[in-house]
Amino acid sequence: MIDVEIHQRLGDFQLDVAFSGGDGVTALFGPSGSGKSSVIKIIAGLTRLRSGRILVDGAVLADGERRRVPPHRRRIGVVFQEARLFPHLSVRHNLRYGRLFTPRDQRRIDEGPVIETLGIGHLLDRHPSTLSGGEQQRVALGRALLASPRLLLMDEPLASLDAPRRLEILPLIETLRDEFGIPIVYVSHAVEEVARLAGKVVVLEAGKVVREGSPADVFRLAADRFEIMSVIEGRLGPPDDAFQLTPVETPAGTVWLNGLVRPEHRTVRVLVHATDVALATRRPEGVTIRTVLAGTVADVPDVSGPSVTVDVALQGGSRLAASVTRAAVAELDLKPGRSVFALVKSVALDERPL
Amino acid sequence: MPDLSPDAWTAIALSFKVAAVATLWGVPVSVVLALILARGRFPGKALFDGLIHLPLVLPPVVTGYVLLLLLGRKGPIGGFLDQHFGIVFAFRWTGAVVAAVIMALPIIVRAVRLSIESVDARLEQASGALGAGPVATFFLVTLPLSLPGILVGATLGFAKALGEFGATITFVSNIPGETRTIASAIYTASQSPEGDGEALLLSVIAASIGLAALVASEIIARWFRRTSS
Repeated sequence: MIDVEIHQRLGDFQLDVAFSGGDGVTALFGPSGSGKSSVIKIIAGLTRLRSGRILVDGAVLADGERRRVPPHRRRIGVVFQEARLFPHLSVRHNLRYGRLFTPRDQRRIDEGPVIETLGIGHLLDRHPSTLSGGEQQRVALGRALLASPRLLLMDEPLASLDAPRRLEILPLIETLRDEFGIPIVYVSHAVEEVARLAGKVVVLEAGKVVREGSPADVFRLAADRFEIMSVIEGRLGPPDDAFQLTPVETPAGTVWLNGLVRPEHRTVRVLVHATDVALATRRPEGVTIRTVLAGTVADVPDVSGPSVTVDVALQGGSRLAASVTRAAVAELDLKPGRSVFALVKSVALDERPL
Repeated sequence: MPDLSPDAWTAIALSFKVAAVATLWGVPVSVVLALILARGRFPGKALFDGLIHLPLVLPPVVTGYVLLLLLGRKGPIGGFLDQHFGIVFAFRWTGAVVAAVIMALPIIVRAVRLSIESVDARLEQASGALGAGPVATFFLVTLPLSLPGILVGATLGFAKALGEFGATITFVSNIPGETRTIASAIYTASQSPEGDGEALLLSVIAASIGLAALVASEIIARWFRRTSS
């Protein structure tokens, strides 16, 4: 449990941020320069809090006045954008570094499971300079975890990696989140990362909180239609090996993922860009799109531009945003209550562009 | 090779002893001073920096004379040490060590400071986030990563201490077996009509040691550059 309230001037902008986060991942989301990283630095104690307060599990870490716990006594782990491994120590000793300073009765996390989860067992005797960027970041994650922190801060931990590396590490962070039960505050400007990891999203713009809530709510209400995303939950079905597709069963229909995603029978979230959704008033035939979801129009905002984001209530309760032209809305007479079929290009659901 | 007199051998041995002890004392002191200069922020820092480097620009005889005034038996510090602890520096080999430390300090501090400043402060932050306090971070991160500069500084400081002359002869004189180092022995030999051979030979020896130290420090620096990249 973390409670944050910050009011202070940083360089040429004013940071006024208040939010709280519980278990799981709380994401700080926003464009660069919005103050996300400054918030992380203040929580970690690397930047001094001038006014406000930082509480973790009810303990005051800083209140902008007298109380200020020095960074090394906060027991807050930080994973930075760069791995920041100690170049003079082997991977093994990097991993064990935090343990030296963790009181014996608070060492909740053991080396074995962490090394196994992160897949770094074969790297233990290597030196950081001989590791690839992805390997370095995995070791950095392990190092932060093994100090058994009560809160883990991640400051764009995937930003310095290329796309394949990102895809390799993102599921690891998901696993860490679920396995080790440490609350995480995750800073990112990548919608996909945040939507996939976070239970709660706090959107920052120019040092202020502009929106907060579940990823589904926050991204459905995004300002720019290319940023509007819907999150649909479903259960993975058995992959189709011949056509290299994996079904995700949802109450509104089957969503087809490109590629083989295993293991099956687990709940996953899929992300749909509003610009990748088309609407039809009848179940379409003779189209290449294979993901067709049934629902009713919930809302058609009254706007004046060429396109409009239609809010569709899918069968089963999920919401799906569809960016369509205003001309199409008029022609098909789309209005609340109208039954529609949402056509989703399956490539848009692929997890790989993450 | 012409023979060296026993006195010359004594001077060489004494020089090595003085330089070694001066390096052992000078390096830790320099690390502390370099850390203060590299990371400290306080009023009068420029003055503090200037004081440490002063022996580099002063005539060595002035440094020796100031040491004599302060640490001599009648001096404020020397008198106190003599009366309360029985420690005397003036005209002792230990005094030669003090002179060598003071003269070598600016050189060692400079090398160590550059090395500390080149340690990525973000690594120190990472260490703090892992629970290490400032002292632990210094010994586990900053110091090991500054080791190349410390070794280079120690080597250069040793060479400087070995060749120190002006401050030493002013502070502790030129007593055979006690304070006559290589440099003082060369000076003594050069002053006597039949000492030319010995002066030349000792000069060659001093130059060889100095050159060896410079080459060694360069090799150390290069080796660390290679292993760290």
